[in-house]
Amino acid sequence: MPKRENIKKVLVIGSGPIIIGQAAEFDYSGSQACRSLREEGVEIVLVNSNPATFQTDVGVADKVYIEPLTLEIVAEIIRKERPDSLLPTQGGQTGLNLAVQLHKTGVLKETGCRVIGTSVESIMRAEERELFFDLMKDVGEPVPKSIKASSLEEAKKGAEEIGFPVIIRPGYCLGGTGTGIAYNMVELEQITMRGLDLSMNSEVNLDQCVIGWKEIEFEMVRDSADNCITICSMENVDPMGIHTGDSIVVAPVLTLTDREYHILRNAAIRIVRALKVEGGCNIQFAVRPDKFDYFVIEVNPRLSRSSALASKATGYPIARVATKIALGLNLDEILNRVTGKTPASFEPTIDYIVCKIPRWPFDKFKEANKIIGTQMKATGEVMAIGRMFEEALQKAIRSLDTGRYGLGADGESEPITDAEDLRTKLRKPTDMRIFHVRDAIAMGMGIDEIYDLTKIDRWFLYKIRNIISMERELRNLSLDSPDVFMTIKEAKKLGFSDLQLAHIFRSDEITIRELRKKKGIKAVYKMVDTCAAEFEARTPYYYSSYEEEDEIVSSDKKKVIILGGGPIRIGQGIEFDYCTVHAVFALKEEGVETIVINNNPETVSTDFDISDKLYFEPLTFEDVMNVIEREDPYGVMVQFGGQTPINLAEQLSMAGVKILGTPYESIDLAEDRGKFRLLLERLGIPQAESGTAMSLEEARKIASRINYPVLVRPSYVLGGRAMEVVYDQKELDIYMAEAVRVSPKHPVLIDKFLQPAIELDVDAVSDGENVLIGGIMEHIEHAGIHSGDSACVVPPQSLSDETIQIVKEYTTRLAREICVKGLMNIQYAVKDKVYVLEVNPRASRTIPFISKAVGIPLAKLAAKVMLGQSLPKTYVGLPPIGHVAVKEVVFPFIKLPGVDPVLGPEMKSTGEAMGIDVDFGRAFYKAQLGANMRLPAKGDVFLSVKEEDKDLIIPVAKKLQQMGFDIFATNGTAEALRQEGVRAKEILKVSEGRPNVVDYMKSRKISLVINTPSRKKEAKRDGYVIRRNAVELNIPYITTIAGAQASVEAMEKIGGTKDITIKSLQEYYGG
Amino acid sequence: MKSILALEDGSLVEGVGFGAEGTAIGELVFATPFTGYEEAITDPSYKGQILMLTYPLVGNYGVSGAKFQSNGIKTEGFVIREKCDLHSHYKSRQSLDAFLRDEGAPGISEVDTRMLTRKIREYGTMKACLCNGEDIDRGRALELAKAQPDISELDLIGQVTCKHAYKIMGGEKSKRIAVLDLGIKRNILNNLEKRNWSIFVFPSNSTESEIRAVEPDALLLSNGPGDPKQGSNAIKIVKELVGEIPIFGICLGLQIIALALGCDTYKLKFGHRGANQPVKDLKSGRVYITSQNHGFAVDKDSLEGDAELTQINVNDHTVEGFENPYLDVKCVQYHPEASPGPWDTEKWFFDELATKINKR
Repeated sequence: MPKRENIKKVLVIGSGPIIIGQAAEFDYSGSQACRSLREEGVEIVLVNSNPATFQTDVGVADKVYIEPLTLEIVAEIIRKERPDSLLPTQGGQTGLNLAVQLHKTGVLKETGCRVIGTSVESIMRAEERELFFDLMKDVGEPVPKSIKASSLEEAKKGAEEIGFPVIIRPGYCLGGTGTGIAYNMVELEQITMRGLDLSMNSEVNLDQCVIGWKEIEFEMVRDSADNCITICSMENVDPMGIHTGDSIVVAPVLTLTDREYHILRNAAIRIVRALKVEGGCNIQFAVRPDKFDYFVIEVNPRLSRSSALASKATGYPIARVATKIALGLNLDEILNRVTGKTPASFEPTIDYIVCKIPRWPFDKFKEANKIIGTQMKATGEVMAIGRMFEEALQKAIRSLDTGRYGLGADGESEPITDAEDLRTKLRKPTDMRIFHVRDAIAMGMGIDEIYDLTKIDRWFLYKIRNIISMERELRNLSLDSPDVFMTIKEAKKLGFSDLQLAHIFRSDEITIRELRKKKGIKAVYKMVDTCAAEFEARTPYYYSSYEEEDEIVSSDKKKVIILGGGPIRIGQGIEFDYCTVHAVFALKEEGVETIVINNNPETVSTDFDISDKLYFEPLTFEDVMNVIEREDPYGVMVQFGGQTPINLAEQLSMAGVKILGTPYESIDLAEDRGKFRLLLERLGIPQAESGTAMSLEEARKIASRINYPVLVRPSYVLGGRAMEVVYDQKELDIYMAEAVRVSPKHPVLIDKFLQPAIELDVDAVSDGENVLIGGIMEHIEHAGIHSGDSACVVPPQSLSDETIQIVKEYTTRLAREICVKGLMNIQYAVKDKVYVLEVNPRASRTIPFISKAVGIPLAKLAAKVMLGQSLPKTYVGLPPIGHVAVKEVVFPFIKLPGVDPVLGPEMKSTGEAMGIDVDFGRAFYKAQLGANMRLPAKGDVFLSVKEEDKDLIIPVAKKLQQMGFDIFATNGTAEALRQEGVRAKEILKVSEGRPNVVDYMKSRKISLVINTPSRKKEAKRDGYVIRRNAVELNIPYITTIAGAQASVEAMEKIGGTKDITIKSLQEYYGG
Repeated sequence: MKSILALEDGSLVEGVGFGAEGTAIGELVFATPFTGYEEAITDPSYKGQILMLTYPLVGNYGVSGAKFQSNGIKTEGFVIREKCDLHSHYKSRQSLDAFLRDEGAPGISEVDTRMLTRKIREYGTMKACLCNGEDIDRGRALELAKAQPDISELDLIGQVTCKHAYKIMGGEKSKRIAVLDLGIKRNILNNLEKRNWSIFVFPSNSTESEIRAVEPDALLLSNGPGDPKQGSNAIKIVKELVGEIPIFGICLGLQIIALALGCDTYKLKFGHRGANQPVKDLKSGRVYITSQNHGFAVDKDSLEGDAELTQINVNDHTVEGFENPYLDVKCVQYHPEASPGPWDTEKWFFDELATKINKR
């Protein structure tokens, strides 16, 4: 069928801030969908609250709304823009839920907007468990026993019928939130209660447990003519019981016979046909390992994390094709852009092995329960491609950027050799599971025993054993052994890194590299082409391997390598992918050939048609250098991908690679504390007093010299890891003993903690002489809270003109002095004067936010400057801004039981939302709403603040009272409020008995919690319980005074979402 | 074990031998499915060919024997990237290596199969020689690669057809189908057996009167190896029986029928061998994913006037199916019986066959 002519204007809904379970994959799918719509000449309206996405760029859609993703607001956008169609399947669960709500509330009918692609009815049949089970019954597909319960009583009865263990899942929840396995009644009660609270429809589903079965996924595409194809099959190395987002996954399926594979494929086809999917669909099966039998576990009739992985694993652009199908095209009418000759109506086949490994945030949450299970905890993932499984696995491990260079043998950890310890660890898997499996094999535990403990298919265990056998073989040799390089070649085929070899041979990476190159052991590059080389392919998408033939065709054009950011993790998010993509486009505009190296399958930068060439490789010195030697580029850009590529700058520079833009020496000048301190002294720019300690004694000395409180942190940090504010020597001693291993090689940095101070973030572009200051972002929260976790506003709201002048002057001087060519981020603290906290000569996580707030593409300008161009005169200085933009962050606390949801110097947020409006109050309200914090219009507010905040809370409380809120407070706060004439009702703390504040919260009597964490131990525990309950009960909560002040201002402006007005970025920029 | 693969263009790759010692000659072809190696190497259509799989991991789930397509290995040799000795599957009885050894078939592993695939894609199918053993004569291998006869000169059907006619009795008063075995895959027979028909299987050198003698309700020409023009006896049988009873063909069967109707066939550059080949049904507009294994094709233009083109390959628009309703002829170029590959067309094809037979 040709394209439907009545589709002229389409609304695409994005997925909002990055959270666990919904990461960059929906920016990727949404952006690809928009490009696909553009190709067909369709007008696009896009809404997403997340400014860090590429899809919210004004160039991607005709109208971009950075507005909160709520029913009311999206309905308003539809009423205003009048799109004739809605494409709901590109924005993850968020987009899908909104489409269902828009349908159910009649908004779509009212506005004459139709859903294109998979229909709402189909979506509901797949999403609502009961309808889904009926559907499976109709098509004769087996499902585990399942019972729905809307009360604890029903759940208990259901569990008896199904038999323990049972899986409990809350209805309509993201990424398996609240899902758990109960082995007994006590656990059933706990998980059910939590699940009922979390569920959007106050229901939980109880399912028969198939833990330990193989978990197999199929990515399917179907068109309206009922053509139906499989894009990719995937097998979870970690079997059922571990969320697929937390599992190591391989593609294609590796342990099923042809017949078993096709039984599942046929089942998948029956299901997508019965569901009348028009677009992409993911189907998960549980397959019994000891006798072929299977259950259908889940069907997602939309693009998903798995579909992004499947697209990158095969080269088949699922989002693009699904969008064309939604427009009415059939698969055989859509061209396979990879071959450029054959149509999209074929099944990709591959001639390599793909391995995906999740990236978990446990480095940031030391107190979090690290056990992985049915609730997803990973923030991101990496993918690696190899011609052997061992190779793909080891490359994926290197890609994680967790300081590991393969599966063991890298000198980064002592293997565990205690069998009992290992058994426990294998039974209760954590993020370290793959290393525990390795250690178990290495210490001689039998494959069968490991299988019994983990249910990881023996095939994978045999392969892991191959890696260990190779390690042993290498350890028996030395670099002088005859034929050692024959073995090294075999090791390289198994994915061993030069660093692993260096560790084994007690040599160093460079020596190994040079030796093996001399022996002709070099990586070759193979193409990802959707067809296993059957047809000639045009998309230059490559991976390395150690084999015969290299397929790279190098051009003579001027080319530049841009290093991407790797996996999404706390501190290094989607912002850096946004910057990477902008750099690519800037260089393309200049006629430069662009080459991207990255390993994150969820991103836009790894889409097949963004750069001129894509290398899907780990971002280590070895892997990057291999590409550089093969391509011989004009230069390499390390500024855009965040800390990961910046960390490579020194080694690349030493190896003679031309780092474009800010040279390595300048990066070093900014990052080396000592050199930087001297620079500031020379320039007469104030800085917080500080010192570097190599020992506890030194730390004590420095702290008493500069006076407590002080900010302490280990050197080499990423996103503020292990940073803490300490208030006295006792705390310092504890920190030094517990948090860090201090040594001359790993010194601890100590800064005077400026308090209270306003913190500023400034992003700038410099060509070495001229400086563009993108904007001065004023943090809402005071200094001491990680800049990545603080809300911020542009333009600044409380700075004097004089302060702004000083900030401009310092920024310009520093850019010149450091010889910045490209991007630069400076953090300032404003107290009695303006202090410089740090300078980062690279893209910061606020680049997309500030670019969108002011309408100037900073990353793009920076990339051009790095090519040697001067900054255009029109851009020099600080551009004016006629509106207010606020950035607010979102936290993963709900997914991480046990973690205290407070802010501190360690970064904890996963994503962000932007609010944009005419004044601060309105913009802040929108930012909160975008970050899923719905500030109430009425109800009861609970206040409990620490001693130092008692005075500051009074005006906040007064305003709340004026707005008609009832104030509840614990005795200390209540007392303070009453003295100032605020009617505060007293309520018991948790430690004071019952009914206490938590009881009130649980009975839904509290609509807002303001609780600032106390440093006193008792109050700390009380506060923790309150905050944790607020998170789990989804009650809006605020943990800083500054946040409370800003929220009240917002609530004064906006009484409810009905008061919100909407405006597209194009309208903001246009006038 | 040392191993080399010599090609007619004079190139030679070294690898690690597995399976049996010895020398194999044949046409080197590649196939792209990532499952189904057991089915593929026992498929008689690969007679005269050295099969290379593009998927780099082979042997993962061992060998169970449950899905063999004939009584043993039919490929002359086997070329793969990595052979998995440590297989894992509850049904597995032996490793791939042991199976090849038992069957006397040589295999070569640890070669850059993607490089060879790209070479074939550019050059076309190549004659090759695979040598396994401790004492390998490279020069002789190259000579054997070049000197061997072209596949079109070989009577391969004769090597894989059944020796004697046999029958599989169905129920009482069941319909009767004659099958001309040109190298039939087991799963075609399985599909016929499911219908409870009486099946009469004939060797390729049978006569039309022998076939007429069993009073069949239809004739099915099976798949098989090599150039259809080598199947002169089969062509003759079709010419005799066409119009008399419904005739069906699968793969080589289709090509034979085309030749019998006066159409022409030609050799494809490197054939279609995979489990992902899209076929469009011209009547319904639907696209099916099919399993294919053929190196020859029917000349589309030559069908004109003799048969109606019903299905085409979406990738290269070659003939995938034709019929002649007046003569009651219907055939497909791909493998509806799959094994290995997708089952999208299995029910459809054998249902069509049943409809025709049941009408009689």
